[in-house]
Amino acid sequence: MNINPKAVLAAAVLLLVGTLTTPGLAMDQMDAPETVTIDTLANLYKPVEFSHKRHAKLARCKDCHHHTTGQEDMDPNCIRCHAHSPEATTVSCKDCHTQKQFYPEQVTATADNPNLYHIDKPGLKGAYHLNCVPCHVKKNAPSNCEGCHALTDTGKQFFHLGDQAQGKANPAKAGTKDSHAR
Amino acid sequence: MKKLINRRGFLQGSLAASAAATISLAKTTEAATFEGYPDSMGVLVDLSRCVGCRSCEAACNKEQNLPAPEKPFNDFSVFDEMLHGQKRRTDETRYTIVNRYEIPGREHPLFRKIQCNHCQEPACLTSCFVNAYTKTPEGAVIYNVDVCVGCRTCMVACPFYIPAFRYSSAFSPRIMKCVFCHETRLTKGLPPACVEACPQEALTFGRRTDLVAVGKQRIRENPRAYVDHIYGEHEAGGTAWIYISPAPFEQVGFDTSVPKEPILNYVKDFLSIVPMVLTVWPALFAGFHLLATRKDKMEQQKKNEGEV
Repeated sequence: MNINPKAVLAAAVLLLVGTLTTPGLAMDQMDAPETVTIDTLANLYKPVEFSHKRHAKLARCKDCHHHTTGQEDMDPNCIRCHAHSPEATTVSCKDCHTQKQFYPEQVTATADNPNLYHIDKPGLKGAYHLNCVPCHVKKNAPSNCEGCHALTDTGKQFFHLGDQAQGKANPAKAGTKDSHAR
Repeated sequence: MKKLINRRGFLQGSLAASAAATISLAKTTEAATFEGYPDSMGVLVDLSRCVGCRSCEAACNKEQNLPAPEKPFNDFSVFDEMLHGQKRRTDETRYTIVNRYEIPGREHPLFRKIQCNHCQEPACLTSCFVNAYTKTPEGAVIYNVDVCVGCRTCMVACPFYIPAFRYSSAFSPRIMKCVFCHETRLTKGLPPACVEACPQEALTFGRRTDLVAVGKQRIRENPRAYVDHIYGEHEAGGTAWIYISPAPFEQVGFDTSVPKEPILNYVKDFLSIVPMVLTVWPALFAGFHLLATRKDKMEQQKKNEGEV
């Protein structure tokens, strides 16, 4: 049998290139959902219909997803470990940031684990707000609470909205005034 | 005839006794320095994260069943309220409040949450003569209304002006202050209501020792974002609630003149002498008096004997 050595070499190169590049390929916005309904925390506020498509045009993946989409993370503190981290199996916020935060086991277990670097990882609610709010302020997007999520009836009770004449007189003012304004 | 102590013997004895008393008392006060319960909890407040949404105020109001507020909790006009030239402060209707501070050179204002800092060695506790206050092993400084006599010394003693008095109630006046949600949450290992409500995680709940480390880590990893100081690590001898800030603490309404040691230390030395004064001094001065009047007495005695 006669095998062309050039063909073998070509095949080998192709294979090698294939295996080398595939895991290195980063996710892009085409892989992402158009909208994400953020409802796991909804209680005082109604769920958020988050237009992922719209936000993906305004920001890079890594701006919100850190290193998990395979793009290089820019935070110098993360780069120390994640400089060449490949795409993660899950990229959803709630897969890393826990819904329950500061529960007893977590408070002691994370702090006592010397191998755990992410000891200061925010919970899900903190992660959303810490990521969204600074950018919304910077880009003049709504940055008051109800600019993103409307209050539920439970929420209105919680904030004592409309349980006195004064509250009823100017709920619009209270709702729209932005604490970041100035 | 009665055996009389001579003057030298008495003075030597009394001096030795008072010296011994002072030394033994000094030893006990040194041993009484308390550095907090080892696994007590705390909260790290990151001022760079707070956006002034007042959710913590609303959560506290609900958790502690406090009276309904004058304005709803999402009315931000309260940040402009001033009373006697001062920003809002905690009172009998609110255990915690958030104030806004305009910082020169900063585009956006900073917000600061105020509540009881739950000192490691609380001045309110040490000033209270009926022991109405307790520092619990979980880290909270709690108050017992049943023994309180309403003297309000704690309000004077607190370096942070936190305890408030319910003057509005003639029949059940009492001290009103943040109790770290001790009974409802802390004893169950849960974070206080305000921490749970904070959307920005500006409040981090954990063991105080861990939180000091987390605070130092945040400053180390983002040196330009913070002032290199943790307020409450040493202030007033250390507090369970500690703060990190992007602006100098005095610009955000913190009292930076609060001493770095427990307020108690200022009176400890004086208080340790009190028992000595009460026990040694009466004996000493009674002795002086007896010695000084001995001659007169002896003369009187002689006279009496002569007359007989």
